[in-house]
Amino acid sequence: MSRITAPQGFLNPKKRLTLTWVLFLLPALLVYLTFMAGPLFDSLRLSLYTGEGYNPKTFVGFQNYINLFTNPLWREKFINAFTNTCVFFAIHMLVQNTLGLLFANLLSSDFKGRNFFRTIIFAPATLSVLVVGFLWTLILNPQWGAVNKIFMALDMKQFALPWLGRENLALPAISLTSVWQWVGMPTVMFLAGLMGISDELLEAARIDGASEWNIFWRIKFPLLKPVIGVVAILTFVDNFNAFDVIYAMAGAKGEPAYSTDLLATLFYRTGIAGEHPVGIPDMGMGAAIATLTFAILMTGVLSWLYFSRKQATE
Amino acid sequence: MRWNRLQHFFTYVVLTLWSVIVLFPIWTLLVNSFKPQKEIFKDPFGFPKNFTLDGYREAWSNGRFDLYFINTIIVTVLALGLILFIGSMAAYALAKWKSPAANFLYVFFIAGLMIPIRLGTLDLVRLIKALNLQDTYWSLIPVYVAMGMPIATFVLTAFIKELPGEMFEAAKIDGASEWQVYSRIVLPLMRPALATVAIFNMIKIWNDFWFPLVFIRAEESRTVALGVSLLFGQYRTDWTRALAVLSLAAVPMLILYILLAREFIKGLTAGAVKG
Repeated sequence: MSRITAPQGFLNPKKRLTLTWVLFLLPALLVYLTFMAGPLFDSLRLSLYTGEGYNPKTFVGFQNYINLFTNPLWREKFINAFTNTCVFFAIHMLVQNTLGLLFANLLSSDFKGRNFFRTIIFAPATLSVLVVGFLWTLILNPQWGAVNKIFMALDMKQFALPWLGRENLALPAISLTSVWQWVGMPTVMFLAGLMGISDELLEAARIDGASEWNIFWRIKFPLLKPVIGVVAILTFVDNFNAFDVIYAMAGAKGEPAYSTDLLATLFYRTGIAGEHPVGIPDMGMGAAIATLTFAILMTGVLSWLYFSRKQATE
Repeated sequence: MRWNRLQHFFTYVVLTLWSVIVLFPIWTLLVNSFKPQKEIFKDPFGFPKNFTLDGYREAWSNGRFDLYFINTIIVTVLALGLILFIGSMAAYALAKWKSPAANFLYVFFIAGLMIPIRLGTLDLVRLIKALNLQDTYWSLIPVYVAMGMPIATFVLTAFIKELPGEMFEAAKIDGASEWQVYSRIVLPLMRPALATVAIFNMIKIWNDFWFPLVFIRAEESRTVALGVSLLFGQYRTDWTRALAVLSLAAVPMLILYILLAREFIKGLTAGAVKG
């Protein structure tokens, strides 16, 4: 077994120890810098260039950003993708996290079969997003229409619709598919938070005659605030970056008619696949979209850090 | 216990209803992958009456699923091994090295938990080309290792900091080097935390579709996710095959999940719930 220590005798012990720690950190740091931090920051630089193919060489300053916001074609695409991403995120925030809170609250009491239910609720989160997206495409398909057959059987014909084919339905339908897959995450996080609340506190409230509804809003909910913050920020980061589920259910163009186009699909088409009609990737513009996404994420994360710090010190 | 009957009833109704909503698509997927096309349309929810393995046979031979599985296993195993090895070394230094540099590096590593690596994809494409790794599954490994560093340093550093300090002191007095303390004392103790990190990354890597989509075209380098997307496109109208392909991709993870549910749940939420 080789030793990670500097050769004896030419450094004093303290410096030698420092060198040892540096050697312990070096492999991780090299990989992380080369394949994650470096490319992220280099994307900022790349967004200032233009040119076809893999090596945009012409320096254009902020022209890509100016085009993105002033050229009507680009502006429309970007604003459309941004708005859709906000809707996608909002549906997760409202539906997924509310359901998660409800399930966690139910699972936090002691009853037979709670582990069984927890296991089932979490199960879809272990599947590939792509597989889940394809599976729901088939289930929602009006030709086969497993879902529509059920609506018909329940005598709710008005709900038997081409879910992925209509512009106003596709994005909510895809968002709910994603909620179906990921609701286990907030459930488990809220559950961990609820388990941390002392039983005596809840028991005392019950003895004083408080209803479960009041106990939830007056005791559990305020104590859960830090967890709610973590869940919210994770929902934000994950969904502002979603790609697979759209690719699987609506294609890289966010069909129908770009009504499900998100920032990540726009980024993919612009910087990697090549946008219709030219079909040639525009890496500079792609990098500009990535940089703006990065800026949106950082704004969200930093304001979350700021407010959660502020709340913790109060 | 003032847990009245109505609440009990409500709990079971809500959780049972959601369980049906979760299990119904998975059931539909598995059961229909064994039916011929006609029966899928006529009777989508029952057990297969005209049991067939055609979909699987086709997917396996036409799609070379054996190859996709082997590729994905190679990538996942190598990336996981490297993440655990270099991640645990870094975490040991981050936990034990008392200096501002270590604090800064810790923040630098865990910042990656909040920043998706995908945003650096364009530069990664150029880097992979420069390294002459495009169109091979080797291109995925360094990217996945980098992607695994934030969670590895986050979970493992926290774990090492919780270990009692006397243990390290005793080993030092006996003349052990830092490497010996790390490899003989810390590493074996860290096994539960390593398992958490391994499961988190295994699920992410196994299911990743983005990087194979961007880096790989050639058939012999495809991963399961990429193979599924290409075959699914081809089989759009052949439902037996399409469902068989999806089942092939889903079943390995589902089996592992049923066997290790507790560890999976702990692993996937490791980034949020303090390790």
